[in-house]
Amino acid sequence: MVQLNLPANSKVEKGQYYKDKTGSKNIRKINIYRWDPSKNENPRLDTYEVDMNNCSSKVLDVLNKIKNEIDPSIAYRRSCAHGVCGSCAMNMNGKNGLACTKSHSELDGDIDIYPLPHLKVLKDLIGDLSTLYKQYESVEPWLKTSKVNDKENIQSKNDRAKLDGLYECIMCACCSTSCPSYWWNGEKYLGPAVLLQAYRWIIDSRDEDRKERLKKVADELKLYRCHTILNCTNACPKGLNPAKAIAEIKKMLATA
Amino acid sequence: MSSYKIIDHEYDVVVLGAGGSGLRAAVGLSEAGLKTACVSKVFPTRSHTSAAQGGISAALGNMGEDDWRWHMYDTVKGADWLGDQDSIEYLCKEAPAAVLELEKYGVPFSRTEEGKIYQRPFGGMTKNYGNETVQRTCAAADRTGHAILHTLYGQALKHNTEFFIEYFALDLIMKDGACKGIIAWNLNDGTIHRFRSHTTIIATGGYGKVYYSATSAHTCTGDGNAMALRAGLPLQDMEFVQFHPTGIYGHGTLISEGVRGEGGYLVNSKGERFMERYAPKAKDLASRDVVSRSIAVEINEGRGIGKEQDHVHLHIDHLDPKVIDERLPGISEASKLFANVDVTKEPIPVVPTVHYNMGGIPTNYKAEVLTLNGSEKTVPGLMAIGEAACVSVHGANRLGSNSLIDLVVFGRAAAKRAAELVKPGMKHDEIDKNETDRCLDRFDKLRNSEGSNPTSELRLSMQKTMQSKCAVFRTEKTLKEGVDEIRRPYDGMDSLSVKDKSLIFNTDLVETLEFDNLIRQAITTMDSAYHRKESRGAHAREDFPKRDDENYMQHTLSWCNGSKTKINYRPVHRSTLTNDVQYFPPQERVY
Repeated sequence: MVQLNLPANSKVEKGQYYKDKTGSKNIRKINIYRWDPSKNENPRLDTYEVDMNNCSSKVLDVLNKIKNEIDPSIAYRRSCAHGVCGSCAMNMNGKNGLACTKSHSELDGDIDIYPLPHLKVLKDLIGDLSTLYKQYESVEPWLKTSKVNDKENIQSKNDRAKLDGLYECIMCACCSTSCPSYWWNGEKYLGPAVLLQAYRWIIDSRDEDRKERLKKVADELKLYRCHTILNCTNACPKGLNPAKAIAEIKKMLATA
Repeated sequence: MSSYKIIDHEYDVVVLGAGGSGLRAAVGLSEAGLKTACVSKVFPTRSHTSAAQGGISAALGNMGEDDWRWHMYDTVKGADWLGDQDSIEYLCKEAPAAVLELEKYGVPFSRTEEGKIYQRPFGGMTKNYGNETVQRTCAAADRTGHAILHTLYGQALKHNTEFFIEYFALDLIMKDGACKGIIAWNLNDGTIHRFRSHTTIIATGGYGKVYYSATSAHTCTGDGNAMALRAGLPLQDMEFVQFHPTGIYGHGTLISEGVRGEGGYLVNSKGERFMERYAPKAKDLASRDVVSRSIAVEINEGRGIGKEQDHVHLHIDHLDPKVIDERLPGISEASKLFANVDVTKEPIPVVPTVHYNMGGIPTNYKAEVLTLNGSEKTVPGLMAIGEAACVSVHGANRLGSNSLIDLVVFGRAAAKRAAELVKPGMKHDEIDKNETDRCLDRFDKLRNSEGSNPTSELRLSMQKTMQSKCAVFRTEKTLKEGVDEIRRPYDGMDSLSVKDKSLIFNTDLVETLEFDNLIRQAITTMDSAYHRKESRGAHAREDFPKRDDENYMQHTLSWCNGSKTKINYRPVHRSTLTNDVQYFPPQERVY
């Protein structure tokens, strides 16, 4: 049987324990993945006891409380705090999501917070999304039209409705980083987030480049590494269905 | 001082910020063949433009007759005559072309039956100079900002704009009163970068985070505004802070004005549609300052809802669920997530919440930054656009959906003007070492703060003071207390505590730099408000309830050095840009 060994410096060690100082009777333990690139140390899991009597409802509120009141050094991305900017995507109790829309009451027991899986970690909960962004660029996410008049393109309500469930994507990467196929072939397989974006332009009735766009993704690695595992759809915090978008692309190619 | 390795860059133009206005400018600059760098502390699609919901205004006339002059009149009136009418003319006249351009870029606008861009009613937007409601606000469901931001990022990629992402800008580089570039800190690897440029365009957005409760993102810290202050330049009309009438009670999440545009209405604890009393004609679609004040009065007079009687209800449960699903899906989702409300069955609990800064860096309609030296004077090499700028098209109160159009019209104007002023490949000036040292000294001092006041405590104290002393209604007493109190968190920086000393993604230090930026704007806001002894737009003084055109039809300019401010005024522009439209003289403002 094949044995796999992970490098010694990848082992997550037990970190610091921050005991509650408020005397609250309603304490919850929050375990957070920590790694500082400027120190030559292994990653660790720090534990914070948090007074839940004085904490708002979302996981981001817990993180902000820890950062403001216990440990200012913890690093994570956050911005809009209501699920539209896609900054605070992370892994909470084993599932990817947005910290700002995930209620801590929905999570059982201690809360374990890790960066999105299978990304190079830059610091603590901040993952490196540069590969995904380059892949996004590669699908040429802009409208290709030869019309140069100063009037708007006419698009029927029906055609516009085809973009629903696609244009809402906030590129948080929850889907792609939950996809086993993307974990193993992330350099070559475009992954659910980018394929959903690709389909958003393929299906736009105003776009004149559909054939070329389809041709460009019709690739063993770029597209067909999707094995319909459906983790992506399960992970999407916006309720979108990247797996369906991928299936639509495959269908268009099969029937073209 | 400690030595930081500096990496130098040379660009024709540097755009600071990658939200709607910064991206639109970057696209125009790249099209003009100028070597352009776009520097942003967050990845472009994380910018706060993504949170804009209801739409973007332009007199397209897709839903009935419309005219850009009517849009201009509405904007002048919405601004309570503090807007510069030359700039407002430019905005409204250019708006239709700017929206059509966005459509060509690929923005997924909602559509009418004929397949044209769908437009909805919005507060203060009227037909024929205030006569009846018009449908002028172009919408992509209730995710218009998100749709525009992502589309503009795509366009910037198409034009090969060079991005410097997750770079935190520290300061402007100034020489003899002209801007020569910026210095920024790369969060990804901890290096310091010096960008030389012939023109620097500040597009860093608003500073809503000076308040405790705001619809603004954590990142809305007005970094560019603070850089202008540190460069010895004034900020304009900072006392004009817009409270959006409908932020979700307790959480502050924005509920779009589009909700009322589609037929939603407000009620108090008596079940009364109270807006009918305050704005008999426009009712729930009066301009935002009017609706926010009305809600505040209802609450103050004991007609608020809930245990604390401290909010009101917004109803859309009478609307066809299909309409909600098609046009307001985002607010249904937000109401469920943050208020646990099913909007098809229950009302949304809402309260006026800080939302937008009309004030900012003074500019003319070409986006060139202005200062006062006897009279108006431009600052060579510096432009400002978007919420960071005060053009001023929004004057004392911005109309809903006028901010998105501001972003693209003036983003484009800035690119056009820069292309006139800068020729590709022009030679760069030498930069004085002192200028770099001054910037890095501040950075190094903050980084190595070993005092006892955590940034989060000082920030909270600032936010609570702004929230209680500079709110919807203001008085001499609250403002005087505010002027004193707001300096305490500033003084607290003498003994600041920054625990993380590293340079890679040191968010402790980022938040400290952001606080240093916020507190200067909080001080100028409070002081500007204290000095304006009249009520106009969003600035409502209970002790001076009337507008005073004789003394205050002027823009406030405030300089800030440490915690000391200097206040001065410049007259509002009382003429239009061309003869296509006549100047609208001040009138009583009734909705």
